[in-house]
Amino acid sequence: MTSGMDCNELVELVTSYLDGSLDPDKRARFDVHLTECDGCENYLRQFRSTVDTLGKINDETFEPAFRDRLLNAFRDWR
Amino acid sequence: MSRYAVVEMTTTARDETALIAGLRAGDEAVYAELVDRHTPSMLRVARGYVRTNAVAEEVVQEAWIALLKGIAKFEGRSSLRTWLFTVLVNIAKARALRERRNAEVEVMAFTGGSVDPARFRSADDPWPGHWREDASPAPFPDTPEGSVLGDELIAVARAELEKLPERQRIVVTMRDMLGLDSAEVRELLDISVANQRVLLHRGRSAVRQVLEDYLKDPK
Repeated sequence: MTSGMDCNELVELVTSYLDGSLDPDKRARFDVHLTECDGCENYLRQFRSTVDTLGKINDETFEPAFRDRLLNAFRDWR
Repeated sequence: MSRYAVVEMTTTARDETALIAGLRAGDEAVYAELVDRHTPSMLRVARGYVRTNAVAEEVVQEAWIALLKGIAKFEGRSSLRTWLFTVLVNIAKARALRERRNAEVEVMAFTGGSVDPARFRSADDPWPGHWREDASPAPFPDTPEGSVLGDELIAVARAELEKLPERQRIVVTMRDMLGLDSAEVRELLDISVANQRVLLHRGRSAVRQVLEDYLKDPK
């Protein structure tokens, strides 16, 4: 069950894991742990979903009055 | 570099060349497209530095004007977007200093806390540090594009993003919403590799937690 990494250690390393910035030894321990632990596998999936969800907060609109001001700034510049 | 990355870069470069040419020629449609694409994120980033929405709008407007003034000399060493956000961050920082607000990045040592420690087994357990059976994460349900639940989760994530400490909010915005890479964010904010990672991880972890809570108990 323990392969040199505990769940509470793994949860702190997920961002580094996703960025590919763990050293090879830690990455290997992370990967081995995942194969043995449903909780952490689910945690990693939740984390990926979270990043995906954050990526979708994109279609925000902003005040039309402010947009007009920005377009007016362009007309002044031109 | 992967083939995908090369193709991606070429597409972006071609797109950008056209946009830059359009701006230089005074094409308002091109400008409006860029404004619509980037302004919401710029406001979000600016609000990390200044107190009010009104001042954030001034900062964003100043950044657009600086872009227009500089476009003739823009040499394309960075992407247009990276340049725009560099300008924005510099203006926002200067403005924050004028407001006598500390614009320095402050990061405390990261000592855990991505997950409530009570969810892990204690030292006297045969498997200390592992998930307690009743607290082990369950998979999030699939949420197809445009589904009701998917939209709810985006709203929950957005609300939590607003509540994050400002540096976390800025880094999460830049990485996960704007899609900048860690090197770009480090350069824009002048922070270390470790700080970038800590801020990003803390911010994401907080959002993950509220999504998990929401999915257990939708309101």
